[in-house]
Amino acid sequence: MSAVLEVTDIKKNFGGISAVDSVSFDVREGEILGLIGPNGCGKSTLFNCILGQLTPSGGEVKLDGKLVTGLRPAELNKLGVSRTFQLLQVFPKLSVRENLILAGQEHQGNMASRLVGRSDAGLTDAANQMIGFFKLDHLADEPAGGLSYGQQKLLDAAMAFMGGPRLVLLDEPAGGVNPSMLADLKERLVAINREKNATFVVIEHNMEFVMSLCSRVMVMAEGKVLAMGRPDEVRKNPAVIEAYLGH
Amino acid sequence: MTGFAKPLKIALGLAVIAGLIVVPMNFNRYGLFILSQWAVMSIAAMGLNLTLGYAGQVSLAQGAFVGIGAYAAAIMTTHGWPLPAAILVAIVLSFAVGWVLGYPALRVQHHYLAFVTLAFSTLAFLVFRNESWLTGGIYGISNIPRPHIFGIATNKPLPFYYVCLGTLAIVSLAVWWLIRSPWGRAFMALRENPLRAQSLGIDTRRYTLMAFAIGSALGGVAGALYAPLTQYIDPVPFNLSLSLDLLMMVIVGGAGFYFGPFLGAMIAVLLPEWLRFTEGYYLMLYAIAVMLLLIWSPTGILGILDRYLAERRTKAASALRAVAKSRLETAQ
Repeated sequence: MSAVLEVTDIKKNFGGISAVDSVSFDVREGEILGLIGPNGCGKSTLFNCILGQLTPSGGEVKLDGKLVTGLRPAELNKLGVSRTFQLLQVFPKLSVRENLILAGQEHQGNMASRLVGRSDAGLTDAANQMIGFFKLDHLADEPAGGLSYGQQKLLDAAMAFMGGPRLVLLDEPAGGVNPSMLADLKERLVAINREKNATFVVIEHNMEFVMSLCSRVMVMAEGKVLAMGRPDEVRKNPAVIEAYLGH
Repeated sequence: MTGFAKPLKIALGLAVIAGLIVVPMNFNRYGLFILSQWAVMSIAAMGLNLTLGYAGQVSLAQGAFVGIGAYAAAIMTTHGWPLPAAILVAIVLSFAVGWVLGYPALRVQHHYLAFVTLAFSTLAFLVFRNESWLTGGIYGISNIPRPHIFGIATNKPLPFYYVCLGTLAIVSLAVWWLIRSPWGRAFMALRENPLRAQSLGIDTRRYTLMAFAIGSALGGVAGALYAPLTQYIDPVPFNLSLSLDLLMMVIVGGAGFYFGPFLGAMIAVLLPEWLRFTEGYYLMLYAIAVMLLLIWSPTGILGILDRYLAERRTKAASALRAVAKSRLETAQ
């Protein structure tokens, strides 16, 4: 399997603190890579460096073998990289359907066709399908701000899939989601991973969720990669146990 | 405004349009001037509503763009160019200048951006006043002609009012189209959450510049009508207070609501006339009314309506739920 994403020696310093310290890894096509580690270990900062939300202090990011370091988030998204956020980031005043159309519209046509073309950019069907897929049918016309926390998390994930991305970075998709909805979410993620051949990187604190969803898990601590391997290997790694349980 | 039935909305809209065409036929010169001014200010406020209300970019320079449009029209039409050509030039000019003014918005936001645009507003005023070779300086430009449209002279107040109203109609349709298009959705995304917008592939830089440029271009259109409406312009009407007035029209009407600017402009232009009987107290009353309104409803007049309709929807929904629940219970 070829690597979709290659990260080489990424560094990010904030003043004298090095939040991400020479991290290198690759993500293989079609896999679900878990990214775990204690709070403040640099997981989200790493995501932001990969996605162009932060400029890394050093290192390279390659997508399908092409150097993409320094591209803006919108440009990366057009290349097929999308993300979800740790905190809720839906558009509260737009309806669920409008949120999804918004999430896909920039992948249709160009600026001119988006001005003179159809109001929904031809995405109503695609949005409705996504709504059905995430079981949000009864909420399609509700403003997103009126949804429960878990429903908004589902919508946030659905939005990340609207443009038909190759690579999706999910930042704590399970945080604050109740167990039955979580099972749903996992089932959806696995289905999209298999059917659409989308590759995922998932930051998560819910160990059960990560260990059962991911084919490989990378562990970070204090900005560095501590371990990388199959879930059962990582779970037994003494360095990982120490980082989580302390001295 | 989703609470009304569609046929009712259409009927209401047609009645208002018919009223705007028919009723002013009996108006005197002054009444027609005021109504024309309302149409012109509505266009300028609609532009600002796009920049500020939809795209969330604060601008204190809309008055300057009205000025740019007005001077472009005054200079061109007094040199024998037809008004439609002048409007076109006003659009292109204020679009270009608005685009450039958008660049600071890529770096600064909110009140910092307000200060940048305020500085631009002052700069534009100084250009209008000091570059007298072009603008006539403090003496301004007089004898601005009114156009012939399809061979019909619009020198008289009523025909020129129809020119203003017709332009307002065209601009309204264009803006309606724009805010319903994916661009409108992208503008709202820019306002509500630029970070998330970027991650969805929305080129926030380009849309920010577009929001400024299009909003400013509408200011230019308004200016290009203002010049032949007053038939005399000098720098004074285009100073900072016009920008502030336009900002207030947008906020009082309801920023981010399609009909906000029409309402805001109506209040700003007509209220002084209605309150004329209070003589010197007009400004005080107006100030108090605006303060009370914004304390009660920071989202403007249409914000009140929106809140009321949302409440009614919620009540209707919970009533439905209660009915469903009691049915479930009796069934058990």
